[in-house]
Amino acid sequence: MKIYGFRVPLMASLIVWIALWEVIGRTGAALVLPPFSSVVERMVEIVPTPTFLKALAMTGEAYLIGNLIAIGIGVPVGVLMGRSVVADRLLLPWVNIFLSAPLSALVPVIMVLFGLGMTTIVLTVVLFAVWIIVLDARAGVRGISPSLVEMARSYGATPLQAFAKIYLWAALPEILAGIRLGCIRAVKGVIIGQLLVSIVGFGHLFEIYFSNFLMEHFWALVLTLFAFAFAIAEGLGYLERRVEYYASSRQQ
Amino acid sequence: MTTARRERPAETGTPIIEVRAISKIYAGGVEALNDISLEVPRGKLTTLLGPSGCGKTTLLKIIAGLIPATSGEVLVSGRPVTGPGPDRAFVFQDFALMPWASVLRNVAFGLELRGVSRSERDEVARRHIAEVGLAGFEDRHPHELSGGMRQRVGLARALAVDADVLLMDEPFSSVDEQTRRKFQEDMLGLLSAHGKTVLFVTHSIEEAVYLSDRIVLLSRRPSRVAQVIEPEIRRGDDPEAIRRHPAYLDTVETIWQGLKRYLD
Ligand SMILES: Nc1ncnc2c1ncn2[C@@H]1O[C@H](COP(=O)(O)OP(=O)(O)O)[C@@H](O)[C@H]1O
Ligand SMILES: [Mg+2]
Repeated sequence: MKIYGFRVPLMASLIVWIALWEVIGRTGAALVLPPFSSVVERMVEIVPTPTFLKALAMTGEAYLIGNLIAIGIGVPVGVLMGRSVVADRLLLPWVNIFLSAPLSALVPVIMVLFGLGMTTIVLTVVLFAVWIIVLDARAGVRGISPSLVEMARSYGATPLQAFAKIYLWAALPEILAGIRLGCIRAVKGVIIGQLLVSIVGFGHLFEIYFSNFLMEHFWALVLTLFAFAFAIAEGLGYLERRVEYYASSRQQ
Repeated sequence: MTTARRERPAETGTPIIEVRAISKIYAGGVEALNDISLEVPRGKLTTLLGPSGCGKTTLLKIIAGLIPATSGEVLVSGRPVTGPGPDRAFVFQDFALMPWASVLRNVAFGLELRGVSRSERDEVARRHIAEVGLAGFEDRHPHELSGGMRQRVGLARALAVDADVLLMDEPFSSVDEQTRRKFQEDMLGLLSAHGKTVLFVTHSIEEAVYLSDRIVLLSRRPSRVAQVIEPEIRRGDDPEAIRRHPAYLDTVETIWQGLKRYLD
């Protein structure tokens, strides 16, 4: 059991760090760091509260809608860029700029344009997720075997049929990889959006905990969000591995 | 194969494809074809034979309507080609099967694109899968099949759309030698049973002579028609006998001589 052999040292090192945290917390040396055990206690306490659940629902909603918009825009745009030289020339520089830009700096602009609410948070999610989705869909389409495209044309496919029946499927492994990375970036987006808006969702909770110096609450919230982000990334990775079988058989 | 090619007397032999003064210069400046004219008789198997890189695929794709010619025109059944059409079906050198789809869906794909109902297209596809000898493999995926079997799927897909003309680009070049001959036999039988016109591309002289009613010999790039040869070989005989027949050997020799003359 290789995986098992790998898991053990990983968990072991985590335990070492947690123990260190506990010790430092108990000495009270670092004012902002309460002991790990009390953070966990606080976690169990705040997760079932209505405030937390409401923030969670709101975050989940923004995250989901934002990702759906990012996928709905990102995949067709990426496919278009992969197929059309003109579209590619026009859009690629922007995609590359936004891909590496410090996007948090743009959130205040969205805030000014769309107000301090749900719309801004959803748009922040889109802003974080969409670029990598575009780029990966583009790469996937560019990797399609030209004869598959010619096959579709020679058997009379309309451009829409070619998109739905060939490009999307042939590029699926890359598209899914892009979506997974997009979803991971979207976690940042939804949290940063809320922190900056800070009157809704977890942003609001962070604001309350921090301004009242409730460090146990603060860390409990951080740990919870980390756990969620990790679970999302792992879940998507699992889904992606399930379609990998034909990525390898794709070039026949 | 015991029956001769099924004749369609009113039509057989009249040109179904007319290639008129086709030239092709690729965007990069490569001059692939130079003033090619040829005719493909209906109901027969015509081969484009020439060295690698001489422009055979280019010509076939122009006839298929997949790429435009720089000048000249192609007529199929008297109508100018402006793009792909249901009268022509393509068989690809690298099979061009959808790896994510079953054999059944691959074969039915042409009909699917035309909006034929699921049950109807599956029925047609099953029939052609059986014809090419793949009954029982309907639900397999391409990566589970050998090269020869994949190309049988490609052939079944082309037959399923019932086009008049099959355009085949070196369909056997990725098929191993052992299965190639059997496949060639099966293909000849099927094509004659369906009365199809075939334009077949190859760089193998033996394959051309063995399969063809007419061979169009192309010169080196920019290619022109060097010679048209009609092997006088009685099909329907035992395949091995054909390969030993004097007419077969003579034709192979004639083409060798022709190649020497035109290529050197
Ligand atoms: N898309 C293309 N762009 C530029 N040159 C091409 C393209 N396709 C083929 N060629 C060139 O045209 C010539 C003929 O190619 P092709 O028709 O594939 O030859 P064949 O099928 O006889 O081997 C070759 O020299 C090839 O490099
Ligand atoms: Mg070729």
